[in-house]
Amino acid sequence: MKYKKILPQFLTLLFIILIFGFFTMNAQENMDTRGIEFGFGFLSKEASFDIQFSLIDYDGSMSYGRAYLVGLLNTLLVSFIGIILSTILGAVIGVARLSPNYLINKTASFYVEFFRNVPLLLQIFFWYFAALRALPMPEDAPLIFGSSFMTIKGLYTPAPIWNNLDVFMIALIVAMIVIYFFNKFAKRKQEEEGKQYPKFLISLGIFVILPALTFFVGGVDVIWSFPELKQLAKTSFTYEGGLGIPPELIALTLALTLYTATFIAENVRAGIQGIGKGQKEAAASIGLTPGQVLKLVVLPQALRIIIPPTTNQYLNLTKNSSLAAAIAYPDLVLVFAGTAMMQTGRAIEIVGITMATYLTISLTISLFMNWYNKRIAIQEK
Amino acid sequence: MFKYLKQLTSLVAMVAVLFTFTTETFAAKKSKTLKNTQKKGFVRCGVSQGLPGFSNADAAGNWTGVDVDVCRAVAAAVLGDANKVKFTPLSAKERFTALTSGEIDILSRNTTWTLSRDADIGLTFVGVNFYDGQGFMVRKDSGITSTSQFKNGISACTNIGTTTELNMRDFFNSKGISYTPVAFEKADEVVAAYDAGRCDTYTTDKSGLAAQRTKMTNPDDHMVLPETISKEPLGPVVRQGDSVWEDIVRWSLNTMIEAEEYGVTSANADMMKTSENPQIKRLVGAEGEMGAAFGLDNEWNLRIIKQVGNYGESYKRNIADTGILPDRGPNELWTKGGILYVPPSR
Repeated sequence: MKYKKILPQFLTLLFIILIFGFFTMNAQENMDTRGIEFGFGFLSKEASFDIQFSLIDYDGSMSYGRAYLVGLLNTLLVSFIGIILSTILGAVIGVARLSPNYLINKTASFYVEFFRNVPLLLQIFFWYFAALRALPMPEDAPLIFGSSFMTIKGLYTPAPIWNNLDVFMIALIVAMIVIYFFNKFAKRKQEEEGKQYPKFLISLGIFVILPALTFFVGGVDVIWSFPELKQLAKTSFTYEGGLGIPPELIALTLALTLYTATFIAENVRAGIQGIGKGQKEAAASIGLTPGQVLKLVVLPQALRIIIPPTTNQYLNLTKNSSLAAAIAYPDLVLVFAGTAMMQTGRAIEIVGITMATYLTISLTISLFMNWYNKRIAIQEK
Repeated sequence: MFKYLKQLTSLVAMVAVLFTFTTETFAAKKSKTLKNTQKKGFVRCGVSQGLPGFSNADAAGNWTGVDVDVCRAVAAAVLGDANKVKFTPLSAKERFTALTSGEIDILSRNTTWTLSRDADIGLTFVGVNFYDGQGFMVRKDSGITSTSQFKNGISACTNIGTTTELNMRDFFNSKGISYTPVAFEKADEVVAAYDAGRCDTYTTDKSGLAAQRTKMTNPDDHMVLPETISKEPLGPVVRQGDSVWEDIVRWSLNTMIEAEEYGVTSANADMMKTSENPQIKRLVGAEGEMGAAFGLDNEWNLRIIKQVGNYGESYKRNIADTGILPDRGPNELWTKGGILYVPPSR
């Protein structure tokens, strides 16, 4: 009886080990005959290539390991912005698709059908090259918001230069902790005495006032550095100072957001439509305002339907960000599985590291979303 | 009736296969690549994804270029037909993996010969079929006529995974100029981005710049600056560990260059068999046993010259007549002021 249970599992395991063993041996033998060594020592060697855009200090005199970190952070950056923006846009479009207003409803439907049915790589190329063709050269760029310039070489905005940034950051963290405890306190008060506080307003107040205080007592100070036009040659200009956001990042974020938002919109629509009409009517009949109906009745239930498939979309967006290589955004694939792999020739090691990295990122997002899903799930008693 | 015919042909084929096996020379036995190539009936050659003059496919899928001709020469030598080549277009990033993993047998893709590539990653460079150097392209109306006019903040478009990225850093660092590298995976995107105005300059090998300039919206609006910032000896590469195959590729290339030196062309090769000069006679297989060491017949080099032509013919057909680089520069024979100098076939 026990054998019957274990034997198939044992055989499967053996089979997997054999396959892995075969491939490992095969690779090892081939690498031996071709004089290729296996090892990760190259990670500490000097990279000697530069990267266009980096969140941390980097130049070519640093190691391949550092270049890996630059690529990883760039991947995380575009994924993070993409996830936030596509969630917001997806929620808006999802609600718009349910609007009784014919124009809004149809526009949203058209948007979803159009953007989810065109291959993503094509959209990335479209946004990148269309933007490059459409944007003005630096010298012709009009002023936006009085201080920024949108040009073919990127978006140039004023950059803050902080004094005592750490004090400000600590104040922010303290504010968040205070808000957490305040909300806990308010909840208990409501449960015990039925007393209601304007929770949102007070939280917002704490969040703004506490960090703002540091400007007066903590010695925190911000100076803005503005972009200035600089002439490189007779017809060639660029901007100096300020913050330069490369067009590659903008195009990639735009394409990923617009594409992924269509799927999230559908999830949102499904979530809202999954709640019976009777529930909303019942909630309204006991005197809840439309806002309260949405917050207390519809959303908690809709989220349970929305979250799991949306997690998939977050994972897709992160993995899709590797298409960055096509338009020169220096993400993990372009920097590490591209340039670094070429310069070192360590294909197996680098592809292995890159795969493990994407796996880790995806599993982390998965874990977080599963935790969140569990938190909002119906508490069975 | 037809049924038997089919069986008969397969029998003949089998006998033929057996026969080739038994008559296989020592060299062929030693070279796995040569054996596999003869068995498959075509040479597997890795080329670029489209670089006019070097390796470029026309609308009908016919490949031309000086890099392509190296593979054709090898096919003519080992298979007797210069057209028996299967071309695999590869990006700069894929090329070495394709070669070391055995997907292709020759990499002839404007690849720079460097120490680390030769020694480190399981490759062997067999020679140089084009002496190149890295340069810069700029818009004519920018007024820049020399790299000394480059200023801090300049942005440079290029390809990833090439020596170009490294040279560019060395160059700008040594001049103390801060720059923004914008590196794409494929050359077509580099051209499109530079053409649109994303970058102030486009940097790669000068031959590449000359070739890519023809793809711009208005080729005449752009110019290549005179400075050369690096040495880029481009040549065919093979896998490490098959010295016979390595020799075949090396001497196929050498034959083309030496044929030009001795004035042997595709048109006069047959007549040269009766030449007075023993060096020429060796080049066209009329004297000595020049193929035996490779496990090839004696006319392997004659076939190369007849079917592909000598180096000068290949250069003229692919690079000069197409207007890419009419001036041969260093890629002229040593006897005519260039640096093409190959060991003698004897």
